[in-house]
Amino acid sequence: MADMPDMADKGLLRFLTCGSVDDGKSTLIGRLLSDTHLIHDDQMLALEDDSKRFGTVKGGIDFALLVDGLEAEREQGITIDVAYRYFQTEKRGFIVADTPGHEQYTRNMVTGASTASLAVILVDARKGILTQTRRHTFIAHLLGIRHVLLCVNKMDLVGYAENTFRDIETGYLQFTDNLDFESVTAVPVSALNGDNVTGKSAQMPWFNGKCVLDFLETVQVDAGKNRTGARLPVQWVCRPDGDFRGFAGTVAGAALKPGDAVRIEPDGAATRIESIETEGEKLTQAVPGQAVMVTLTDNVDVARGDVIRHADSAMQTADQVQAHVVWMSENPMIPGRQYHLKLATAAARASITDLKHTININTLEHVAAKTLELNDVAVCNLSFDRRVAFDAYQDCPETGAFILIDRETNETVGAGMIDFALRRALNLTKQKLSLDKNVRADALGQKPAVLWFTGLSGAGKSTVANIVDQKLHLAGRHTYMLDGDNVRHGLNRDLGFTDADRVENIRRIAEVGKLFVDAGMIVLVSAISPFRSDRDMARDLLQPGEFFEIHVDASLATCEARDPKGLYARARKGEIANFTGISSPYEPPAAPELRIDADTTDPEAAADLVLALLARD
Amino acid sequence: MKYLRMNSLTNLQRLESESIHILREVAASFERPVLMYSIGKDSSVLLHLAMKAFHPAKPPFPLLHVDTTWKFKEMIAFRDARVRDLGLDLIVHVNEDGLKRGVSPIKSGATVHTDVMKTEALKQALTLHKIDCAIGGARRDEEKSRAKERVMSFRDVNHGWNPRRQRPELWNLYNCRVKPGESVRAFPLSNWTEIDVWNYIRAESIPVVPLYFAAERPVVERDGQLIMADDDRLDIRPGETVRTEMVRFRTLGCYPLTAAVRSDAADIDAVIAETRAATNSERQGRIIDFDQAASMEKKKREGYF
Repeated sequence: MADMPDMADKGLLRFLTCGSVDDGKSTLIGRLLSDTHLIHDDQMLALEDDSKRFGTVKGGIDFALLVDGLEAEREQGITIDVAYRYFQTEKRGFIVADTPGHEQYTRNMVTGASTASLAVILVDARKGILTQTRRHTFIAHLLGIRHVLLCVNKMDLVGYAENTFRDIETGYLQFTDNLDFESVTAVPVSALNGDNVTGKSAQMPWFNGKCVLDFLETVQVDAGKNRTGARLPVQWVCRPDGDFRGFAGTVAGAALKPGDAVRIEPDGAATRIESIETEGEKLTQAVPGQAVMVTLTDNVDVARGDVIRHADSAMQTADQVQAHVVWMSENPMIPGRQYHLKLATAAARASITDLKHTININTLEHVAAKTLELNDVAVCNLSFDRRVAFDAYQDCPETGAFILIDRETNETVGAGMIDFALRRALNLTKQKLSLDKNVRADALGQKPAVLWFTGLSGAGKSTVANIVDQKLHLAGRHTYMLDGDNVRHGLNRDLGFTDADRVENIRRIAEVGKLFVDAGMIVLVSAISPFRSDRDMARDLLQPGEFFEIHVDASLATCEARDPKGLYARARKGEIANFTGISSPYEPPAAPELRIDADTTDPEAAADLVLALLARD
Repeated sequence: MKYLRMNSLTNLQRLESESIHILREVAASFERPVLMYSIGKDSSVLLHLAMKAFHPAKPPFPLLHVDTTWKFKEMIAFRDARVRDLGLDLIVHVNEDGLKRGVSPIKSGATVHTDVMKTEALKQALTLHKIDCAIGGARRDEEKSRAKERVMSFRDVNHGWNPRRQRPELWNLYNCRVKPGESVRAFPLSNWTEIDVWNYIRAESIPVVPLYFAAERPVVERDGQLIMADDDRLDIRPGETVRTEMVRFRTLGCYPLTAAVRSDAADIDAVIAETRAATNSERQGRIIDFDQAASMEKKKREGYF
């Protein structure tokens, strides 16, 4: 690239714009694009045409239509999703994440902020700092953005008055004083007229600062972004032949050099960087953000999900953390439910064990909560199914951020930023038991298992389970029965029938079942257990081959006709809320070990099917 | 790229690293990915990045070209030469059923031809080869509905895109989970612009189809657009004459549906200078885009790239 001096020193700035349509956000972006000649003639023609059809600016060009690309957005005149726009000047390339400003789109703003290193926050000069200004600023802070440009817009409507601007600037600086920003800059603009957007305004000679574009072209955002040494989360292991063994990944934190002493986390093995290369070309260093291939001097065990980190800069490793979590799904988060976790390149299972509080993002007040709804921001404790290496998000976002994925729908449901490892996870070493499960099971002369009977109320789960229990007992097996109804009278007396309580109910039954399996027993669980993810959680607690999911499958009509406890009749009258099959969903197993057609199979025959299943195993 | 600025990357280096990161995530996360190779400049950059991402190994996925049988002759020659030089696997898929039905851009029109020979054909190929991730060279700056598309863009079992139910995409943590039959379209060049692509082609000396550079070519003028007579299948209408003009292409597709522009830009520096000064966007040469308002979003919902 030596022959391209005009490109060589060009950096890339990713920034976020926040503010509602009324603040003139789209107008500002449209103005930046058109004044830097980034709108082509054919696009301008289309924009003029669209402005006539959908526009909200009488007789003029509605720049909002340039960024609102989806049909629904254009018809409704609102921004629904994050839009990315691109422009370049002689000095820099820019990626703009344009996000909707309303509270119901917090999810989108968080998404846009996650990759931005600067936030442009708009306020209307006539209105000053509003609740939403504070909300946007808090989200920028939460996502680790360290630079803010406050655009005080519509200065033309306040007569370009300096004191109006200074009052807003002073108020905003006071508000952001205790937030951890490296720079906060205010600029008075009129996006509509182009004042202080791409050039200094003649209307405001009293303003000595830079115009918006000048500021964006020159602001330094890279320095001090990370507060850790080098990290290389391993994406992919390269083994083209017997000789070469390379580890591909993108560097974070600080520069990495050949010869650097490193540790492989989470296990902590020590080695050195032998070489760093891209396409065979040896590099003298790799800087943050650079995708490289490294080789190591020792033949240590390294796989995708591990982190190669500089030996002088420790990472935390734990299976329990405190984190800020933003909920992104219409389906609420339920404590105890397991989700897929993706943290850098590592995958694990995670559940929220303790929902400490949510944060009212307008007032920053802490609010007690039992579940998380869409757009909620919360402080939580999470538990992982294995030890994971990470940093605090504020120190290194690349190794401190995670997403949560629903195990059933594969939807991305949560975004998290780790605060710290929980001390109890650091200090607690698992009590090593000398008598293990195999010893206990051998003593009983059987293979321990959980037979998990699931199905609608009245399907015949307990009836079949009881017959199986008796037959196993007669055959000399050691069994124990955990009946959902009975457990609710004791261990789970404190739980109701909300989704959250149902998840906890199943979690406790599953954990008790696991203890019995540890003791060598065959456990029969009879519980409606309507949610697939909870039954999967129970399965995951056990070793492969120990869990038998038995779907006692009776149609709702059959169950309702039987109605042994009169519950369906009451549910139909509305006397019982959250009744499975009526007012609460039942998710049938996708691949149970056994499905019993309870409409046509009598309980004795059903029990024999279960025994045959066990005998086969 | 030879050198680094003190402690941070240049614009192109950042884009390159991000794209390589995405390609590696695809390789590590999916069972049967494929790289959509459309032979254009964006595909050329994509292929170059894939070679870099996995070096010294070969990219761990094959290339797929959906051939409408109406591509420029030079494109097909270029494709075969590249694949041979790089030693890669190439799957070529043609919608044989569409061919039998006689679908063509001349007889059937742009919309039907694109629908059958591109969108339909692509879906056939993805289903046939059980592809769970198709890597494409689309960029967000190309078109408004693309501006809102994810890097890992989820497709349902019918290959459809639902713009209102897209997965949130944060940081560089891409959700690569799909169920059987579902798939993802991965777009490593999402954040590149047209000028970035050209600058990178120059910086890395990436081979591209010569049609991008101006030369004397046989064209007819039709509805204000210059269409190249690439073979004798083009219907010359009454009043039209084939003339030789100095032209080049900003975008490549099926030759009767891709308009040339008059240009003297015969090398990469001239092309970059022309691109910088351009007053029209590159998609203006795509006849299919003018068919209806919001047409790209509609096509994408139906499974188009």
